[in-house]
Amino acid sequence: MYYLWVFLIGGFICMLGQVLIIYTNITSARILVTFVLIGVLLEAFGIFDPISSFARAGINVPIIGFGASLAKGAIGAVKAKGLLGAFTGGLEATAGGIAAAVIFAFIFALIFKSKTKN
Amino acid sequence: MDDKKRNEAYNKYVKAKLPKTRPWPSLFNSFLVGGIICCLGQGINDLILLWFPNMAEQSAWAYTLIVLIFIASFLTGIGIYDKIGKFAGGGSIVPITGFSNSIASPAIEFKHEGIIYGICVKMFTIAGPVIVVGIVSSILVGIIYLFI
Repeated sequence: MYYLWVFLIGGFICMLGQVLIIYTNITSARILVTFVLIGVLLEAFGIFDPISSFARAGINVPIIGFGASLAKGAIGAVKAKGLLGAFTGGLEATAGGIAAAVIFAFIFALIFKSKTKN
Repeated sequence: MDDKKRNEAYNKYVKAKLPKTRPWPSLFNSFLVGGIICCLGQGINDLILLWFPNMAEQSAWAYTLIVLIFIASFLTGIGIYDKIGKFAGGGSIVPITGFSNSIASPAIEFKHEGIIYGICVKMFTIAGPVIVVGIVSSILVGIIYLFI
């Protein structure tokens, strides 16, 4: 049953991105940056976890979740290590995603050729 | 023609040339595809937790994102993600798969400029700003939490 929430919330967040595209002609880099910032802010104000507990993948799969784990990593590491944590925590928490995106993009770029766009 | 008039004429020209997206079908499509991608992520997460019941929740999410990123890079490689993107707009950009696509797509497109200056440099044309803004803001949040 919670898949319904995942679908509705995830779909709604993606639709917000489409609203930005329609009304501001925003580029995809700006959309990603905007949603990462939203995620960082949601986590910083402690709003992300309550939403995540029922939205699950609906908010963790959109790039908002990426921003939230950056902030969550930084906050957690600051509590454990002090100032150094602010520098190491964010990347540490998101290293898996960034590294995966880089390695798979690199491998597939070596394998595949670009399709000519019409 | 003075500058102001020329700029106006140019803006008009640009506006006429920009691709028009009709709001309603595109909003619905982005909702649909975004929702499906999130459900796919939830399914992967549930499967991982089913196979490895002792895994910490956060590690399970990390694996989920890695699997989604793998799928998206592969679909980008075979040219299907672009087609999904044309249909879904924001629905294909906002999920983590869009981040993955934004890295894989320029890497593949600029392959012909070589491995270093093509693949490795162009990889971050879109994802670079995302990572920079993410790191900067997370450091700021961390420092603020240091003092409260």
